[in-house]
Formats: sequence, structure tokens, C-alpha cells
Amino acid sequence: MSNHIVSVYDEDLKYLSRRISEMGGLAEQMVAESVRALVNADLGLAQKVISDDVLLDEAERQIGEKAIVTIAKRQPMAADLREIMGSIRIAADLERVGDLGKNTAKRVIAVASTSLPRQLARGLEHLAELALTQLKEVLDVYASRSPEKANSIRERDEEIDAIYTSLFRELLTYMMEDPRNITSCTHLLFCAKNIERIGDHATNIAETIYYMATGSQLVGERPKDDSSNTVGAVNG
Amino acid sequence: MNMMTEAAVEKALDQKMNAVPYKMIGKDVSVFYGEKRALFDVNLNIRENTVTALIGPSGCGKSTFLRTLNRMNDTIDHCRVTGKITLDTDDIYDPQIDVVELRARVGMVFQKPNPFPKTIWENVAYGPKIHGLARSRADLDTIVEQSLQKAGLFNEVKDRLHEAGTGLSGGQQQRLCIARAIAVSPEVILMDEPCSALDPIATAKVEELIHELRANFTIVIVTHSMQQAARVSQRTAMFHLGHLVEENDTDKMFTNPDDQRTQDYIMGRFG
Repeated sequence: MSNHIVSVYDEDLKYLSRRISEMGGLAEQMVAESVRALVNADLGLAQKVISDDVLLDEAERQIGEKAIVTIAKRQPMAADLREIMGSIRIAADLERVGDLGKNTAKRVIAVASTSLPRQLARGLEHLAELALTQLKEVLDVYASRSPEKANSIRERDEEIDAIYTSLFRELLTYMMEDPRNITSCTHLLFCAKNIERIGDHATNIAETIYYMATGSQLVGERPKDDSSNTVGAVNG
Repeated sequence: MNMMTEAAVEKALDQKMNAVPYKMIGKDVSVFYGEKRALFDVNLNIRENTVTALIGPSGCGKSTFLRTLNRMNDTIDHCRVTGKITLDTDDIYDPQIDVVELRARVGMVFQKPNPFPKTIWENVAYGPKIHGLARSRADLDTIVEQSLQKAGLFNEVKDRLHEAGTGLSGGQQQRLCIARAIAVSPEVILMDEPCSALDPIATAKVEELIHELRANFTIVIVTHSMQQAARVSQRTAMFHLGHLVEENDTDKMFTNPDDQRTQDYIMGRFG
């Protein structure tokens, strides 16, 4: 797209997209580190994730402020307006991703004293890998603003939901086998839920990018395979 | 009863919008100033009781098109209009048409407030008087008061109706010109950048007025302010280099226009 006649306007928009990319990088890193801290019972790393969250919160605040000032000053229209509204929404999603990483990190302290069954840790790692891939790809799509790619990311959230449901079942089994597992398994359940939510935020971001690029909303139910809400329910 | 789906609601609204009858129809309208061609086969229909905004960069032909709608271009030497423009069913370029009567049906408000150097009362009463719309002085008084009411000016000037119209503030003068246009009960009001000489408060008052006038009149407004077009109109037409580039619902036009040139223009980018 050609540049604005008022060149400072371009700088304002560039600032927003640069800060979003930075936020994305930091959120990605926090999630990866929180899961690594959980699997390796690394309290130091968990602590770092917790303190990094302040940076993410601050970045969201700054993006929001810049967006408001830009709207007031430039009265953006069409794609510019969508771009700015999109920045606000994406920043909010990324901030939530950071919160979820921080919450996982906080649970490391509670879980660290118990030994984590290897198999469970692998399940969580796999879930986290998928969520991180989603997040990474959606940030790449943000850079390219490709509506086709944004749409394909949205379709893939299903996989994360399916793995989350199977982890849920697994954790229930451990709890039933030995009530002493309940505390740590409950924490792990929350961690798994956190990671699953990150996939949802990546999907939100993909939808926002689609709107920014095309001006139309992705309609229809997004694909979902999280059936954990019915696990354990009595049939009939 | 079934809930309507979002798409169904949108379709119903579309149909409602499309069901609004056309007050004026412009078909293949071209305008030449001597050798120079200012408009190229413009097909643009004006919907009844709708505010239609004409936008585009300077020299794009939007004011030229506006002026074809009540034959204001007739006053310019070497100006030639081709194509067809109808008001309801009347071809307004038909030689049989009385231009004075046409301009009573299609009134105009200009960029700079231009009240006559007469009293406020005389400014508004002038049109009805020459068109023979009033039988008595009392009739005229009523028309003057009603027109000033509709233009949202009456309360501000009721105690000085017989003072000079030129003594009013710029915003008041512009609303006086609108009252003058309304006084002859036109069907269509053309406005050529009616707020460009006004401060933001006077602008807001005129915009509020446009909003109210829509119930009784069809309005076509040329404006350089994108925000103003977005605020006051339901339909927007974008002109560029004498061509009509896009005509669309205003909400669509300013969030997601179809044409790249519209997009570049409203976003303030190099075309």
C-alpha cells in the first residue's frame, strides 16, 4: 500500500505494528519458558517468567495509548482504522497469553516437590509445542497480513483442543489411581487449560488479522474439539 | 417465530435501502467546459429522503456534477452538458423546462454564506414572494417563521427579523441561507461545501440540521471533509478525474471501500 501524505502518520502505524511484534516475541518466549520450567521443575526460570509479565502488561498499555492518540489525531479511515482497532485487540490477546504463561509459572512452585510422571510431562510438552507453533505462525501472519493464512490457522485450533481433552482424561486417571496425585494433577490440569487457552488466543488473533486485511469478519462457529466438558459425565 | 440469521437481517436491510426510490437519476452525464471535459459518463442516482455525499480530490468533478442537478452550469459560458438527468419523471434538460421553477424544486446552498444585503425576514420571504407562494403578508410571515424554525435559527433571530441578515455570525448566515432555500419548499437541496467557512460548533449545528432536514428533503452534499461525509450521509459517491469511481453505503465506504482509489483517498495516501 502506498504511503500516507502525512509521513508521521506512517510512523505512528509502524510503531504499533513493531510493538505488537515485540509483544508477540515476548509472549512466545514466556510460554515456552513456563512449560520448560514446569517440566524441569526449574524455579529460577519460573520466577523469570513471572517478572517478565510486567513488561508485557506495560507494552499493552503503551500500545493502547498510542492507538487512542492516533485515532484522535488522524481520524483514521478504512484499512487504517481497522489496523489500529486490530492492534488494540491483538495487544489484549497477547497480554492474556502472557498472563497464562505467568499462571503456569506460578504453579511450578507447587508442582516442583512432586515427581512428575514422564508421560504426562511429554503430553504437556506436546500440547505446548502445538500452541506455540500456532502462536508463532499467527505472528508471522501478522507480519504478512495474509487473510488466507489467517483463516488456515483458525482451522487448526481443533488439534490442540483434542490433545487437551486426552490430557484431561489422563490426569483424571492418575487422580483416581492414587489420591496423593490430586494436588499436583489439579495444578497440571490448570496448566494444560492455560496452554489450551493460548491456542484460543492465537485463533482470536488470526480472526483479527483477517478482519484487518479484508474488512469482513470470519463468520460461523470456529472448529472445536474440546470435549473435556463432557468427560466423566454419566451417559443416558 | 424463527430468529432471523445475521445474514437474513442484513439482506432485509439491504432490500430496505435499495427499496428507497430514486428522486433524481443521472444517466451518462458528461460536462464540457469548452474543449475541456470535466465529467465522463457519470451514472449516479440520488435516493429520496437520503443524504448523498459527493467526495473526491479538488478538480474531480463533484461540484460540477452537483451543479448539473439544478442546471447551475447554464450560467457558465461554453459549458455543455450531455446525457440525461431526471427529477422524478421530468427530464431537467428538456428545453420546455422552466429553469427558474426547476431551481425552486432543487434548491442550493453555497460554500460561503451569501445572504442578500437585506433584512433576515426579506432574505427568507424573497423566494416565496417571487414564486407567488404567499397570498398575503400574514402568509409570508408564517412561511418565514416556519423556514427559520426548520433551519434551527428562529429562536436566535426572532427578536431581530428586520435587522440585516449580513449582521449575523457566519454559522447563522449559513443557516439563514438554508432557511432561504427551504422557504420555497424545494424537493431536493444541493449543498456545496456548506461548512467549509464555519467553525466546529457552527458546523455541528448545520450537520444536526442536515440530519433533521432529511425527513422532508432529499439532500446532496459536496464536502472535502471525509469525517463530515461519514457523519451526515447515508450514501457516498467518490469522484476522481471526472469519473464516478464508486458509490456505496456510507458505512461501507468508510470502513471497507471496494475501490482502491477510494481507499487511498479517504485514508490520505498517495493515489
